[in-house]
Amino acid sequence: MDKDKPILKVENLVTQFHTPEGIIHAVNGVSFHLNKGETIAVVGESGCGKSVTMLSILGLIPQPPAEIMSGTACFMGKDLLKISNEALRSIRGRKIGMVFQDPMTSLNPVLKIERQLIEPMMEHKHISRQEAFDKAVDLLNQVGIPEPRKRIKQYPHQFSGGMRQRVMIAIALSCSPDIIIADEPTTALDVTIQAQIVDLVQNLQDDVGASIVWITHDLGVVAGLAQRVIVMYAGGVIEEAVVDEIYNQPIHPYTIGLLNCLPRLDREEKSKLYSISGNPPVLYDEPKSCPFMNRCQFKHDRCNVKPPLIAVNENHKVACWLADAR
Amino acid sequence: MGKSQENLVDIIELEKKFPIYKGILRRHVGDVHAVDGVSLSIKKRETFGLVGESGCGKSTLGRTIIRLYEPTDGKIIFMDRDITNLPERELRPIRPHMQMIFQDPYASLNPRMTIQEFISEPLRLHHICESTQIRDRVAHLLETVQLNPNFMSRYPHEFSGGQRQRVGIARALALQPELIVCDEPISALDVSIQAQIINLLQSLQEDLGVAYLFIAHDLSVVRHISHRVGVMYLGKIVELADCKNLYENPLHPYTKALLSAAPIPDPAVARKRKRVILEGDVASPIDVPQGCSFHPRCPMAEDCCQRDTPKWREVGDGHWVACHFV
Repeated sequence: MDKDKPILKVENLVTQFHTPEGIIHAVNGVSFHLNKGETIAVVGESGCGKSVTMLSILGLIPQPPAEIMSGTACFMGKDLLKISNEALRSIRGRKIGMVFQDPMTSLNPVLKIERQLIEPMMEHKHISRQEAFDKAVDLLNQVGIPEPRKRIKQYPHQFSGGMRQRVMIAIALSCSPDIIIADEPTTALDVTIQAQIVDLVQNLQDDVGASIVWITHDLGVVAGLAQRVIVMYAGGVIEEAVVDEIYNQPIHPYTIGLLNCLPRLDREEKSKLYSISGNPPVLYDEPKSCPFMNRCQFKHDRCNVKPPLIAVNENHKVACWLADAR
Repeated sequence: MGKSQENLVDIIELEKKFPIYKGILRRHVGDVHAVDGVSLSIKKRETFGLVGESGCGKSTLGRTIIRLYEPTDGKIIFMDRDITNLPERELRPIRPHMQMIFQDPYASLNPRMTIQEFISEPLRLHHICESTQIRDRVAHLLETVQLNPNFMSRYPHEFSGGQRQRVGIARALALQPELIVCDEPISALDVSIQAQIINLLQSLQEDLGVAYLFIAHDLSVVRHISHRVGVMYLGKIVELADCKNLYENPLHPYTKALLSAAPIPDPAVARKRKRVILEGDVASPIDVPQGCSFHPRCPMAEDCCQRDTPKWREVGDGHWVACHFV
């Protein structure tokens, strides 16, 4: 997989928020890459910095209160963190499509679906309204919306949650992007609809060949979807591996804990659930020690120094001193 | 359905409609059939799981059972008393026995009340204990839910989501209820915190003998915590069985589809398994489809499903189902 050149390479990203209570160290030196045609999952709990990482890369984070302190995000030879807003705008929506969690708030309620679908295509691809309209109908058809010619004239409130998310996916796909960033795209949906959307995205990826970053807190959803998984905690990457290794041989105690605290339909046991005690830290200070230390059952003296990402093998990196001992 | 002595709650053909009014004259133009003839019983010290997709009426059912909504039709027997039409005055002495835990711990705590005020409010309203004992009582309740009693004078904003949910549980326990309706108590929490709350609810049940009506959309959580499970679709229970029976031998096509759509955190299983993907969305509860309300989405629907409403019948030991083809 590493033979392909990464299409997106993020290095050492640091994003902070200035709040009246102090500086929040939301993202502390995140590095990852995305290969062409690959699907990666970024997994973590709320506040771990997974969304802030992506929003920083896309320049969608309001500055202030946020501030991107350092880092690079290399996409097609350009550093997304350095280029001008106009240049970024021509990439966002065109080369990088986005799907957000809540399809109700990310669609404009007072505009018809038609306008919201056509506008990005006319803006980015410089095609006529008629061409864009035909393409839009095709897209709606492709994402499985019945009667697209009628539906395109409707407003978002006339669509159900799952249908709205399909519209969002259609918009994200409209300019044939190289990367689709999906931020918790199925969290607001029911399980049967979630299964429909996951299947849809998988099929579309086969057709379109885009790379996908799927941000989620649910390790269940991405198991069959991603090729690589990145686990984040307290603003940093704590484990990164190909999907089978994450689920079968997790090393970081946090990843192990996350997997064990899920009740499983495919397993018999019905004893007490494993639970990780305590709460994730509030990031008023940049963690100097291992950020998971206070909740970890394997903590020892070395944990007072923050562990770097240690490569266990070529496909597996862990930020835990336990990996160093192996 | 079983003897009433061991049943805490019996509900028979319960119905709850919400009228829709339209126009300047506010004419009655139709009804939302939120709960449409549900019969079930909850035994003492039992957890009854209720699963279904959003809008299926599971929350309305939970709220109607404890008379937060007025039932339109049917019967509710609670602790051997018919409380269906009991006026509020007479209901009041029964209220302490039925409590509720809400989904969103950020919205369900009053931000202007300290934790002590919040937890002791029901104690004061029902004149349960002397005002001098309230502090001790609250401290004890906080210990029961594994919170530090010194937090008593703090305000909700000082707590994390998981801690807030514990406060909500402490308040529900204050009156030593027989039944707690838990309406999606963990879905707003992070994965690692969810396990903590599930374990807490389970150990409270062992210690205090309280029964739960556990409403959730997550099938694996419901399997983990419940003794019996009911599956709801469009205001009706379509299948009801012992937890083991329902998950190992689901009979209703909707139950099968739900189970197969539930994500499993194992890449090998996720790639292999065949999913029953349901077409379309849940029909509107305003005009419920004729016959079996599931027929427009059912993979095995035939003519009779459009015509006749399937009977609610027992097919095995405590295994109830409403489908023509079982």
